[in-house]
Amino acid sequence: MACDRWIEKLDAYLDGELPASEARALSEHLRGCSACAAESLSRLQQKRTVQTAGQRFTPDPAFRVRIQESIAARPSARRSWFRLPVLATAMALVVVITLFFALNRSRRSEQQLVSELADLHVATLASSNPVDVVSSDRHTVKPWFAGRIPFTFNLPELQDSPFVLVGAKVSYLNQAPGAELIFRVRQHQISVFIFQERAVGNLQTRDSVQTALSFNVRSWSLNGLRYFVIGDASAQDLDKLSDLMKAAG
Amino acid sequence: MLNCGRWVLFHEQEEKYLWRGGNKTCPRWFTLVCVSQESLSSGTFEQLAMPHFDRLYNFACWLTHDRQEAEDLVQETYAKALKGFSSFQPGTNFRAWIYRILRNAFLTSRTGLQATATVPLDLDGEAEALPTAKETPESILLQRSDLQLVQKAMEQLPVAYREVLLLCEVEEMSYQEISATLSIPIGTVMSRLSRARQALRVAVREKQGSQPKA
Repeated sequence: MACDRWIEKLDAYLDGELPASEARALSEHLRGCSACAAESLSRLQQKRTVQTAGQRFTPDPAFRVRIQESIAARPSARRSWFRLPVLATAMALVVVITLFFALNRSRRSEQQLVSELADLHVATLASSNPVDVVSSDRHTVKPWFAGRIPFTFNLPELQDSPFVLVGAKVSYLNQAPGAELIFRVRQHQISVFIFQERAVGNLQTRDSVQTALSFNVRSWSLNGLRYFVIGDASAQDLDKLSDLMKAAG
Repeated sequence: MLNCGRWVLFHEQEEKYLWRGGNKTCPRWFTLVCVSQESLSSGTFEQLAMPHFDRLYNFACWLTHDRQEAEDLVQETYAKALKGFSSFQPGTNFRAWIYRILRNAFLTSRTGLQATATVPLDLDGEAEALPTAKETPESILLQRSDLQLVQKAMEQLPVAYREVLLLCEVEEMSYQEISATLSIPIGTVMSRLSRARQALRVAVREKQGSQPKA
């Protein structure tokens, strides 16, 4: 049947999927062929009916609300979920990096300071004239500093201790004057440096125990002054002297 | 907008529209803003997906024949679509994408597995020559009064026929869209559609024949 090839294309034609040229030819044919026109009408009718019949179910408004809430609530949760850790991580990272650099810098400058003090201590030991005031009497040494350094400090009573005050001299750290006291315990010499905090710079003020060039070093702050105890004596000796100095204030 | 997978580059002016609640007024119009697709999706998923809600539900009801099951299916579809929205390529067909999700969810459901297990083997073969000569518009009178009859006939069609008919006639999808939704070639869409229509005609005629004449 000649119409078969047209009928084959009828569905695509009615669905609007036939290329324009073919659609034109088919509609031309439909004008002249009553059988095909009737079939076309029948299929169009079916199409319309299915369209109407297919729109059958309407959702419950409460169900719509539920879905809307489920997708509206989740993205915001998701967004904050997504952004919060990123922000937190970024902030934590900044803090960690800042702390790391700050710590590193302060540790580096502290090490620099300690090695400078070790140098001063070694220079004192090597000097043929290690002290400017030779006295084991704290009542001589302390007044001697009056006018030489811009602060004053107390010296401990050493009578019942193994330490002997050898003498003292003015020392300089970062162009600021300070006191260097030389003690002896058995054959070891220990230097105690006292500087103003601002001469030391904004170093952390916590007490510290460390070693530099194999010298033991003790450090603490008191009344705006920074104390350093450095020497080749044992750690216990240094601790004992430190305690005496701290007690004297 | 420049889409580079997970991240989308926006013109700053665009960003104003795309970020929900974004009332930023920045005079520098030529700055590119990097926006995560996830944050972008929260603003646009709802706008893209909710207009299809009623029709998705209707489609789900036709597939499942059960309102409660249809609700579950739609809910699952929205959850899956939202979760997978970052994989949706902006500029491609969202409707086909979300219908495909619903259909896949249906096919893997218990009802879906049952429905597809009973499908006749030769669904997509060439449609046989239609008995056009025997049919007149009167013989397949599909009028409004017959709506229920047509609905019954549609219900009884195999799911593969039912879905293609619904997508074409109810959703008015193009063959291209149907092809994308069902993941089948356009040629198959055409032949399946043709067979579905024929099957419906036969089913309607049978029902009309069995109906007592008023």
